[in-house]
This record gives sequence, C-alpha cells and structure tokens, in this order.
Amino acid sequence: MTMLAYQSEVTDSRDSFGQTVRSEWTKLRTMRGWLIGLLLAAVLPAGFAFLGRSSCAASTPGPNGRTVTTACPGPAIGPNGEAVNDTFFFVHQSLTPSGSLTVRLTSLTGLYPRDGYGTTTGTAGWSSGLQPWSKVGLIIKENTAQGSAYAAIMLTGSHGVHFQYNFIHDVAGGTSSLKAPVWLRLTRSGDTITGYSSADGAHWTEVGSATLTGLGSTAQIGMFAASPEYVRQTSSRSFFGAPSQATGVFDRVSLSGGTAASWNGTEIGGGNGDAAVDTGVAGWTQSGGTFAVHGNGDIAPDVGTASPGGGGPGQSIDLILVGDFVGLIALIAIAAMFMTSEYRRGLIRVTFAASPNRGRVLVAKAIVIAAVTFVAALIGTTLALVVGLHVLHSGGVPVLPIQKLTLVRVVAGTAVVFALAAVLILALAALLRRTAVVVVLGIVVFVLGWLLTRGGLLPTGVADWILRLTPAAAYAVQQSTPAYSFVPGNFTPANGFYPLAPWAGFLVLCLWAAAALGLAIYVMNRRDA
Amino acid sequence: MVVALHAEWTKWRTLPGQAWLILGIVALTIGVSYAAIALQHCPTVGGCIADPVKQSLVGIEAGQAVVAILAVLTITGEYATGMIRVTFAAMPRRLVVLTAKTSVVMALVLAVGAVSVLGCVLAGRLILPGHGFTPANAFAAYSLGNSTLLRAACGAVLYLVLIALMSIGVATAVRESAVAIGVILGLLYLFPILLLVVSNTTWHRHLEQIAPMLAGLDVISTVDLKSLPLTPWQGLGVMAAWAAGCLLLGGTLLRLRDA
Repeated sequence: MTMLAYQSEVTDSRDSFGQTVRSEWTKLRTMRGWLIGLLLAAVLPAGFAFLGRSSCAASTPGPNGRTVTTACPGPAIGPNGEAVNDTFFFVHQSLTPSGSLTVRLTSLTGLYPRDGYGTTTGTAGWSSGLQPWSKVGLIIKENTAQGSAYAAIMLTGSHGVHFQYNFIHDVAGGTSSLKAPVWLRLTRSGDTITGYSSADGAHWTEVGSATLTGLGSTAQIGMFAASPEYVRQTSSRSFFGAPSQATGVFDRVSLSGGTAASWNGTEIGGGNGDAAVDTGVAGWTQSGGTFAVHGNGDIAPDVGTASPGGGGPGQSIDLILVGDFVGLIALIAIAAMFMTSEYRRGLIRVTFAASPNRGRVLVAKAIVIAAVTFVAALIGTTLALVVGLHVLHSGGVPVLPIQKLTLVRVVAGTAVVFALAAVLILALAALLRRTAVVVVLGIVVFVLGWLLTRGGLLPTGVADWILRLTPAAAYAVQQSTPAYSFVPGNFTPANGFYPLAPWAGFLVLCLWAAAALGLAIYVMNRRDA
Repeated sequence: MVVALHAEWTKWRTLPGQAWLILGIVALTIGVSYAAIALQHCPTVGGCIADPVKQSLVGIEAGQAVVAILAVLTITGEYATGMIRVTFAAMPRRLVVLTAKTSVVMALVLAVGAVSVLGCVLAGRLILPGHGFTPANAFAAYSLGNSTLLRAACGAVLYLVLIALMSIGVATAVRESAVAIGVILGLLYLFPILLLVVSNTTWHRHLEQIAPMLAGLDVISTVDLKSLPLTPWQGLGVMAAWAAGCLLLGGTLLRLRDA
C-alpha cells in the first residue's frame, strides 16, 4: 500500500493584488461582531426614519357635528416640478397669442408689522417700508392657478428691475438702485415673452426674454404686487416673521391683444388670511387710468425652512436620512478595528509575511472597507428613504419634491461619502494604531461635525468654515434645494444649505482621504510592523 | 485602598501619550469655544446670540469626546494587553480596583476640566465685552462674580467628570475600546439626532429630559431658564443618573465575569 503525501490544493503562484483583496475580504466577513455592526448600519437608519413619523392634518367641523380631517396641503408645484411659492395679487384679463402691455409704475411703497402681527387690524400697527424682494410689475401667466407657467417684468424693493420666469429663472436689468417711477413693458408673441424697461417711456431696453411652453391661446396678462415675509432675527435661532405688503401705483396703462374691456382682481393663492386683508386695504383700486395694486406673498421657488418666517409645509428630504449618522458610528468603529485589530493580535506580521508589499495591503484593505461601507450605507439610506417617505405620506405630511437626478445624488452621494470616510478612518488607524483615538476622531469629524452644523448647534459663521475645511464638507452632496441668489432666504447649514457646491465639498473629502492614505502608506513602509 | 490608588496613579502617569490626551482636552475645549465666540458681534444685522455664557462654554461638546477616550483607555488598555490579569492577581478585590481607577480618573478630569473651563471663561471675559455683550445691550456682566456664570462654569467641570464616570462604566462593561467609544458617543450624540426627526412636542420634551448630553448641558444655560425642560441642576442630575447607572452595570459585570 502506498501513502500519498499531502499536497495543498492552492496553486503555486506569486501573490497578486486580487489575492490580497480576497484575503482582506475574508478577514472582514469572518468577524461576527463586524457583520452585526454592518447590519446595524443598514437597518438603524430606517428605524430612525420610522421614529420620525408624524401626522399633519387639518380638522374642520363637518356635518352632523363630526370632525372632518384632511391631509395638510402641500406646496404648489411649478412647471419644472419643484415646490414653489405662488401668492400675489393679480389685476388681469385674457390675452390673445399676440399682444403687449405697457405701463408707468409711478410709485412702489410697502407696509410691514414692526413689532407684532395679529394684534391690530387696519393700518394701525404697520410701519412703512419695502422688503428687499418686494415685487411689483407686469406678468403674463398661463392661468390663475398656483404654480402655472409665467414670465414677469418687475421693480423690486432694493434690487432694481428684474425679469423672471417659471420661478427658477432670473435676469437682472440695469442698476439695483433704480426706483419708481419707471416704465415697464411685457410683450407676447406666441410662446415668447419679452420684458422691457425704460426711464422715460421713449427709450426702451430689453431686460430678458423667455420661451414658455403650454401658454395656450388665452393666457392672463396684467399688473401684480407681491411682498415676501418681513423677518427680524431675535436670537441665534429665533426669528420673528410676519407678512408684509407692497403697493404699486400704475398709470398710462396701454394694452394690445386684450380680450375684455375691463380688468379683474384675483388674489392668487388667496384665502391664507394674509396681509392684504389685515391692513384693511382692498386688493386693488382703479380711478380713471390709475391703478393701485396691493399684494403680499412671493412668486419664487420654495426654499423650505430657509424661507423667511420658517417656510411652507414641505419637509426636506435630507432630514429623513438623519438615522444614517447613527449607522455611521458603527461603520467608523468597524473601519478603525479593521486596521487596529491586526496590530492587537500581531496578525499584521503574518499579513506582511504573506504579502510583503505594504502599500498594496493597505490599498486592498481600503478597497474592501470602502465597498462594504458603500453597500451597507446604500441599503441603509434607501431603506430609510422608503420607510421615511411612507410614514410621512401616511401621516399626511407633505415632502418637498426633488428632481430625480438630485435624489440619486443625495442617496448614492451619501453612500459614497460614507465609503470615503471609512477609507480616511482606515488610514488614520494605520497611522495612529490607537483604536479609541481613531474612533473618537472619526465620530467627532463625521457625526459631531454634521450635528454641529446641519443640526444647528453652532452659529452659522463657524458652521460654514467647518463645512469648507473639514472632511464634513462632503455632506454638501445632501443639499436638495439650490440656494437661489434672487430668493430671500436664510441659506445656512442649519436649513440644509452648504457653503460649497456638492462636487466641491466631495472633493474636499477626497483630498483628505487621499492625503491620509498616502501618508499611511509612506509611514508604514518606513516603520516596523 | 491607598496602595491601589498609588498603583493606578503610577500606571496612568507612566503610559506614553497621556500628555497628548490632556493637551487635547484643554486645546479642543478652549479652541472650539474661542471659535464660537470670536465670530460673534452684538448688535448685528442678524441679531445677537441669546446666551453668550453658554456659547463661550460650547467647546465642552467637543472636549467631552477626548475625556471619554481618556476614561475608556484606563480600562480597555488593560484588557487589550492582558495586563488586567496581572492587576487582578495583585489586587483580587475587583471593586477596589475599579474604585481606585475611577478615583484617579475623576481627580484628573476635575483638574483638567477646571483648567479648560477657566480657559473658556477667560476667553469669554477677554472677547465678549469688546464684541458688544455688555450690560448696555441687556447682557449680564461677564465675570466670575456673576453667580449664574459661576454656576455654569462649575457645572461644566462637573459635567466633564460625569462623562468620565459614564465612560468608565461603559468601558468596564464592553471591554473593547472601539465599541466602548461608539456606545458612549452614540449615547451622547444620538439623542440630538433623534430630536431632529421627532416632531411630536411631548416626545421631544421627554427626549430632552432624558438625553445625557442635552439634560447635562442644561447646567451651562444662563438665560430663559423657564423654557428649559429641566432646571440646570436637575439636568446635571440626569447626567449623574446615567453615570451612576453605567458604573453600576460595569461594576456588576466586572464582579461576575471572568477577566
């Protein structure tokens, strides 16, 4: 009987990068505690999203003494699918596909409640003054429904003449110090609307033009007035906000292409009980050829909680994802231990004996931890989003609509940011080799850094600098609404607006991760294991 | 007991890197506080911060993380190297060892915390009056003779000590640095995150009352105390209850478990 010597089934070859990656993956997946941590990171965010359930319903007395409950009204939706504010006073009539309106705006004045609102009615208790983005001028609008397509030429409180259309487009005309009286003209030729301004009614300057789809054969044309909320900051986190009112006086009104002999007044988005009622002034008056139009509200994209006075009813999407940061604590601990546990058991010497190229080992570890973190965070974020949207929807809480591409950027971007964060933590762990120190550093930078800024615990100036310089800058990928320069708003990190663009913030984290990984490889090659 | 204290003190002071931790606590606490008040001016277009005293001590929120490292490492450091078995061989009564370790850490954090908080107060004293936070603008004078500021400063030092006690309790229970730190900072920072999503006002208030960091830091609030869910000292009491609970859990497990 012959005895065969034992022969390993592993084929004889030099160590390859693929093998190094595979061995690192084996090390990771065979640790039960780490798998539990990864599972937590994938499940906890959804749990937090579930805790965020709330209901928003308006109760009104119904027939037979019962109460009728209806879901809260959501924000109006603009032609591009975004949430918009569309509240103003409109003196209008129907317009044929070709026509124009020319007026002289002789004065622009405003009222605002300096000390309180709702305590007095009538004009008592109001101070004179315009808001910077009070708007009075001419507008062509698809119809009188909120959110319909429009183009408008206007004089603003302190930004001069502007031509705006479909809520998110803005063209500034002339100097911002321009005051009434000023001549304004708006022409329609098919779907093309053009706005002009003039100082004397003889020499006209084109401010801007827009092509609107879906105007139809009878759009509405006329004069409008709107004035956004008056806001005064009373402390670092408290604001006092109240409706304001703007009044425009127009004369020399000349309309071509109108289909009616007289004008109608409509409060677009009316019935909110706002300023036009409380000042005791009617929406509009006409005496001879002179019109006075009084309005409040704004024609602008909805910027959520950054809006003056705290914003509309919609909830921002990134707040559904706050549970991600609880899962991140587990991911940070795993990324740190993935490196430091090698030192603790002396395994690092075996690892380097099997694969002497230390840089390659570290890169393999980085790839494995990045991939695993990405998958866990992607599952966690997606689940949280599904659960969060479901509980908000079933509670009747409106959510600010978000463009599909932006949603992909928020969800996938968060997962990629977490993956890069794990790489940075891994590199720090290789450099410092002290688990506790690395985990604390990671949590302070990535969890506390987010909490202090987006959570609003630090004043805006400090928060802005943290979000420019530290790896937490990458959270800019979660910004769901752009900060429009022509919308009055409190565009701070606490309201979900970051000082850097999403790609720039992401680049800051990339630089940190690359620098730390490079330094770790350099130091590991020079240091004893 | 004196011998145990001496042994723990010797262990602590002969470890490398401890000076960095001490320096880290002081620098982070004072640095964050300094940054938070250096940019504030009053009156401004946007309005003043309401509570300059609380703002000048905000560095505690960052410094507490390093205090947690210091406390956790005194326990898990021994488990990582197996030193804990030598310790128990020399001093078999485990609760004496835990008491000795706790006392050494308490004394250290008391001293380092006092230096850090005094640094914050000094920064506030030098900066805030020059930035318009004066009695003329309806702010209380910023000096330690002011009893609310004195209470906030003493409370801040005690808060750091309680964070250290809680950390020792958690570290004794889980015995692994990364897990212990994750649990402690999770307990501290998880509640504020939770508050961002919970919109029910009753639950919101209850969470603010039981969260260790939020309730504990009520002690550094000096204005609008009526709007707080707890009085400042009650808030510190909640933090003390968390610390006591964690220490009790850690001590029990230490007594019952194999090392």
